[in-house]
Amino acid sequence: MALKLVPENVNIAFVKRRRYFFVLSAILFVLAIVSTFTQGLNFGIDFKGGILIEARTSGPADIAAMRTKLGGLGLGEVSLQEFGKPTDVLIRVEKQTGNEKAQIAAIDKIKAALGANVEYRRTEFVGPQVGRELIWAGFWAMVLALFGILVYVWFRFEWQFSVAAIVALSHDVFLTLGFFAALRLEFNLATVAAVLTVAGYSINDTVVVFDRVRENMRKYKKMPLPELMNKSINETLSRTVLTSVTTLLAVGALVVFGGQVIRDFSLALVWGVVIGTYSSICLAVPLLLYFNVRRDSSVPENVKDTATG
Amino acid sequence: MVHFQRWQAILVAAICLLGILFAAPNLLSTKDAEGLPGWLPQQQINLGLDLQGGSHLLLEVDLKTVLKEHVDSLADSIRRELRGARIRFAGLRASGTQVVFRVRKPEDTERARTLLLRTVGASTSGSLLGGGGPEVSIETESDGRFRVNLTETAIRSRQDQAIDQSVEVIRRRIDETGTLEPIIQRQGKDRILLQVPGLDDPERLKRLLGKTAKMTFHLTIGCATVPRDTKAPPGARILPSDDDPNIFHIVRKRIRVSGEDLIDAQATIGQQRGLPVVAFRFNSRGARRFGDVTKRNVDRCFAIVLDGKVISAPRIIQPILGGSGIITGGFTITTANELALLLRAGALPAPLKVLEERTVGASLGADSISAGQIASILGLVLVIVFMVIAYGRFGLMANIALTANMILIAGALTLLQATLTLPGIAGIVLTIGMAVDANVLIFERIREEARAGRPAISAVDAGYRRAITTIIDSNLTTFIAAMMLFFFGSGPVKGFAVTLSIGLATSMFSAIMITRFFVVWWLRRNRTKDLPL
Repeated sequence: MALKLVPENVNIAFVKRRRYFFVLSAILFVLAIVSTFTQGLNFGIDFKGGILIEARTSGPADIAAMRTKLGGLGLGEVSLQEFGKPTDVLIRVEKQTGNEKAQIAAIDKIKAALGANVEYRRTEFVGPQVGRELIWAGFWAMVLALFGILVYVWFRFEWQFSVAAIVALSHDVFLTLGFFAALRLEFNLATVAAVLTVAGYSINDTVVVFDRVRENMRKYKKMPLPELMNKSINETLSRTVLTSVTTLLAVGALVVFGGQVIRDFSLALVWGVVIGTYSSICLAVPLLLYFNVRRDSSVPENVKDTATG
Repeated sequence: MVHFQRWQAILVAAICLLGILFAAPNLLSTKDAEGLPGWLPQQQINLGLDLQGGSHLLLEVDLKTVLKEHVDSLADSIRRELRGARIRFAGLRASGTQVVFRVRKPEDTERARTLLLRTVGASTSGSLLGGGGPEVSIETESDGRFRVNLTETAIRSRQDQAIDQSVEVIRRRIDETGTLEPIIQRQGKDRILLQVPGLDDPERLKRLLGKTAKMTFHLTIGCATVPRDTKAPPGARILPSDDDPNIFHIVRKRIRVSGEDLIDAQATIGQQRGLPVVAFRFNSRGARRFGDVTKRNVDRCFAIVLDGKVISAPRIIQPILGGSGIITGGFTITTANELALLLRAGALPAPLKVLEERTVGASLGADSISAGQIASILGLVLVIVFMVIAYGRFGLMANIALTANMILIAGALTLLQATLTLPGIAGIVLTIGMAVDANVLIFERIREEARAGRPAISAVDAGYRRAITTIIDSNLTTFIAAMMLFFFGSGPVKGFAVTLSIGLATSMFSAIMITRFFVVWWLRRNRTKDLPL
């Protein structure tokens, strides 16, 4: 009666094909790095400093006319784009030279130039000083989260697991960064949250498979490691796929109906769930083979059952 | 795992009930929720500024100005003391945190030193409760050179005072606008975080904060205005007019009366010309001084200076003895009202700089809420349908737990009065997807155990037992990421971290306790060997 997305006795040779996955990941990784460094991340004002205004006009917005008006103000680079609806326009103005007062004066100028028939739905301005601090805060959040996860996995498993998990996680983080660079999505504070959530989701997936690897290593003392790992992946495959599907359903709803403000954030989550699932199965576990995992040094057998008693 | 003690069942039911109780007021309008009887929870979820609309401003207090003014006034006191004691000196000036000068005759060094120690050196800084220290330290050299330094403690306490005072003045200014529940917090060394919900005119807010509103009354030299490059005579300054930056007045430096002595200011319509003016009233000290000056200087001009600009410089026609007067100037009703408000609220000790502003209009906030609602409901429905398709009857049980999970999240957010932001809603939607993960893990495990030939009860028991460590491991790692977001993120991102963490906790509870409760209950009713899973 129940739907089974993954057949009961599934046996896909993930581990045997690991080199293909490694090559694929390496290519994606290089593409992500190249994209990040050549195109650059489309930093939002959170990090770059500057002004962002979301305006709604009474009728469909005449973006060209607005651009001419604002272009004449001498505020440096001004970009306008339609935002979700024909009446909504997102205006970005680069950081003004001079201190914070110059920024606020620029906001006033823009509002004066656009006239009275405009509703200001959002006005944001981040000074250069705060921008710098936010970059560092974002960076540290990312690094410490990865480090925290590394330590936890190390503590719960073995260092080999922890290294494999971090390699897979870094892969996810860089691919997500590359995704943002390639699609020119705005990289802001919410994006850092998205990237960390992706990391959280991916490690969640990885830990589930690792748990099974550990369990099987105790159960099948004689089974060759590649076979054992492949078995572990396949045994948990049904769960991995089901959870990815439910998460994608929820996050998909967010992309379509969650509104323009968090669209980029939601898109990053969709991408991250796909990448995170892939990396847990195709990278993290096969990578374990290269780190000389020993069977006998795992956490003592009885810990698991007594812990849940 | 397949036994449920009576007390456990009662505990689960009680937690769910509490969740419903705390979550329920959110379904009512704010007014109805406040009307609930006192024994019921009335609080509602605290919406972030990005959802309810409002302004978030990060301000910096210009402590350099505070310090400079303080050192300048120290220099003035030193000058006064030395002159009073007839000690001749030269090169007295303030530089950084010190005042330097040289006594003309080196033999005066000791006398000057004792004098300064007794006078400017005697005042202590710090609070009344102690913790203070000497305000200055004095270094001398044999050639009569003096360096009077402000001490670390003095500097720190002066800066602390300036910030506390700024917070107080900002609060008064915002309160005057009638805005509800602004949040004004000191942040770090020199910053103030200001969050004002539901303000329709953020520009007004910035105008209100952009002025230090130091008002002083000075005599002028001559009543005529002068061009920009006029050289100021000693003891006077050239100040621009507030109405027109190309008109200047020659204003004597000496402050005759200061805004500190004001006790009231109101915008009214002037009787003479029917234009908006600001009427003010002094306390007794101010009134006495004001009376003295106006009595002795009839026919001269009296400049009213606000933040270095001359608002007006009317001619004194007759002495004003009652302690009240009016300020005329090129006011509109709005500017008159704002000036009156600023004067009532008092002057800021130093200029404020806006480092960061985020203003969301009420309409965008409302749009975000409805978008968030649609996305959550749709996400929930999709997941519920999918779970039924995937797990049939067991999926239904997981769905009950999922629904309970949503209620518990709402209840916890309300109880903790955590702020719900737009990314926070995203966090909840994400939780919907991930919350079933625990159930999926358990159900898949039960399927496996059943496939391995275990009878139903034993399969369920083993399934739960084995899945739990995995669930804890996987949720804790996600929790680590959420913690980092909480500590390093700001504003909306913090909100995301909060809902994500609450979601993790409630989803573990609902999967392990609530679903299990139903599974066990079902198993006991239908003593079946084949699990419909």
